[in-house]
Amino acid sequence: MTRSEPLLRVKDLHATVGGKEILRGIDLEVGPGEVHAIMGPNGSGKSTFAQVLAGRETFEVTKGEVLYQGQDLLALSPEERAVAGIFMAFQYPVEIPGVGNLYFLRTALNALRKRRGEEELDAMDFLALAKQKMKLVAMDESFTGRSVNEGFSGGEKKRNEIFQMAVLDPRLAILDETDSGLDIDALRTVASGVNSLRSKDRAMIVITHYQRLLEYIVPDRVHVMGNGRIVRSGGRELALELEQKGYAQVEGRREAAR
Amino acid sequence: MTELTQSLRESFTQRTNGPLRLLREAAFARFAKLGLPTTQDEDWKYTSLAALAQMRFEPAAEATVHDVDRWTLADAAVRLVFVNGRYRPELSSRAPGGAFIGSLSAALVEQPELVERELARHADSHGDALTALNTAFIEDGAFVHLPAGAALQAPIHLLYVSTAAGKPALSQPRNLIVAGANSQCSVVETYAGLGNEVYFTNAVTEVVLGDNARVDHYKLQAESARAFHVALTQIHQGRDSRFSSHSVALGAALARNEVRALFASEGSECTLNGLYMATGKQHLDNRTLIDHKSPRCTSRELYKGVLDGHSRGVFSGRVLVRQDAQKTDASQTNKNLLLSDDAIVDTKPQLEIFADDVKCAHGAAVGQLDENALFYLRSRGIGQEAARSLLTYAFASEMVNLVPLGPLRARVRDLVTSKLPAFERLKEAA
Repeated sequence: MTRSEPLLRVKDLHATVGGKEILRGIDLEVGPGEVHAIMGPNGSGKSTFAQVLAGRETFEVTKGEVLYQGQDLLALSPEERAVAGIFMAFQYPVEIPGVGNLYFLRTALNALRKRRGEEELDAMDFLALAKQKMKLVAMDESFTGRSVNEGFSGGEKKRNEIFQMAVLDPRLAILDETDSGLDIDALRTVASGVNSLRSKDRAMIVITHYQRLLEYIVPDRVHVMGNGRIVRSGGRELALELEQKGYAQVEGRREAAR
Repeated sequence: MTELTQSLRESFTQRTNGPLRLLREAAFARFAKLGLPTTQDEDWKYTSLAALAQMRFEPAAEATVHDVDRWTLADAAVRLVFVNGRYRPELSSRAPGGAFIGSLSAALVEQPELVERELARHADSHGDALTALNTAFIEDGAFVHLPAGAALQAPIHLLYVSTAAGKPALSQPRNLIVAGANSQCSVVETYAGLGNEVYFTNAVTEVVLGDNARVDHYKLQAESARAFHVALTQIHQGRDSRFSSHSVALGAALARNEVRALFASEGSECTLNGLYMATGKQHLDNRTLIDHKSPRCTSRELYKGVLDGHSRGVFSGRVLVRQDAQKTDASQTNKNLLLSDDAIVDTKPQLEIFADDVKCAHGAAVGQLDENALFYLRSRGIGQEAARSLLTYAFASEMVNLVPLGPLRARVRDLVTSKLPAFERLKEAA
């Protein structure tokens, strides 16, 4: 795939929740193997953008289009997007008491495999795969016996997201503030898990409020969101500029340049 | 007089002889005076028997049933099978020595004093019409008598199978479980329909626990889709006794399950667990009373309901802490999950406290599936219907997992999951 055929192409995307416009015309192209960081202050629409890509029905897309592998992504249900290879690591992973963590993940993986026409994994094969992937984020085997995210610490929840990503093996991973609430050790663990999953076939959109994460997950492109749009894009150095000058000044420059 | 009452009067006059004649006649007179309850009656405010009242029921006829394997439990020490309310020894298994575990009709012949000492001494005290009706027609059921100190590890399985042919049939099993001092047993009552006919089960079970006795009681209601089911479990607890009830209500068009426990003496514990799952137009009513009549007793109650389609659920739980019941520790919780906009639940927890040194808590909740959790599952590739079923099962599974008996737990799990759409592939969830 060349740069002219991106994995994901977002054009003039507008979305509302309860009649309030949150996304006001996003344009973005992500090629295979690329890692894009989206930064921005609270309320700029970063998480909304992530959730719209994953298919959250709370948000209504009012304008624009999203093409994924050349297909209309917005026409797909959340589960169809997962089958197509999209994965979102949640900012707030949901606790589901009564559903075993590994059972859940095996059900999900087999749902994907079945709909892709692949053979389902039995419990033994799945366990072997899971144990191998758990090592990527230094997850303890005691996780296997617990309900999904139930009683997990903030760091454990985020590691669990990356573990799920490793097992489900997506083409496009969207990490929604995976660094929030993590101490430096947990951040390193999670980032090293993410880095080990970087490949030429897998694109990532890393959403973060802080530059710190990008010291560990080094992006190819950095975008700054403000007021529902991407207001600046650049290379790695843009994140550093943000760190020094703050969002207000960077956004302000864009407004002034208009 | 309703059609039902008229048909009952006719069948009653045909059968006034027998060892319990006076008891039955008094009970029938009580029933005739009370009449079938209506929604004007506070205790029946949410459950209408109008459809039942318009039907004529005949006492269920004998029926030939060769195979009840689908409903047996592999680990049962004893199995008593009743078809249309009548004991069927050829389908049952033998009791181990020591205890009397057999049919009530046999016990009334062999050990009448033992039976009459407790029979109808507990359940009938509340003046409810359907218990009186059951007592008026006492004929068969199970009688379990554990002498002092007897301990049965494996459960006693009482299996009530209904198969009606032609006319709507009425079965009224009457069970009496007497656990002597320091004795211990588990009893499973299963109510199952074999076909799709209309029938009416009106069951009463009295459980009497001696000092320091322990009884774990399980009731699985899996009647046919068009059946009516009304049942009372009345418990009388002696000093330092421990009782637990696990009620699982899944079947019948209309069912009401009532559990009433009385702490007759101090230092006892009572646990009431319940799960009700209704679909279509099912109506499942659950009623409990824990009567803290004595000091230093502990009660724990947790009922969960899942209501889908146009179904209706009722939970009415009363905890009564009388003036002398100091140091009572009581908690009661009812949680309901509504899966459809057309499903209804009425929940009415009642805590009445007349003692001053007690610890009591109660709560009720009605909710829907968590949209965040649904999206989470779907975003991982699990289809919408399967995701809903998985979350519903997760809600119900707490009650399933509280059943410690392996084969029964597996049976309950299968029945619960079979009520959920798209669950075929999710069966290993538990």
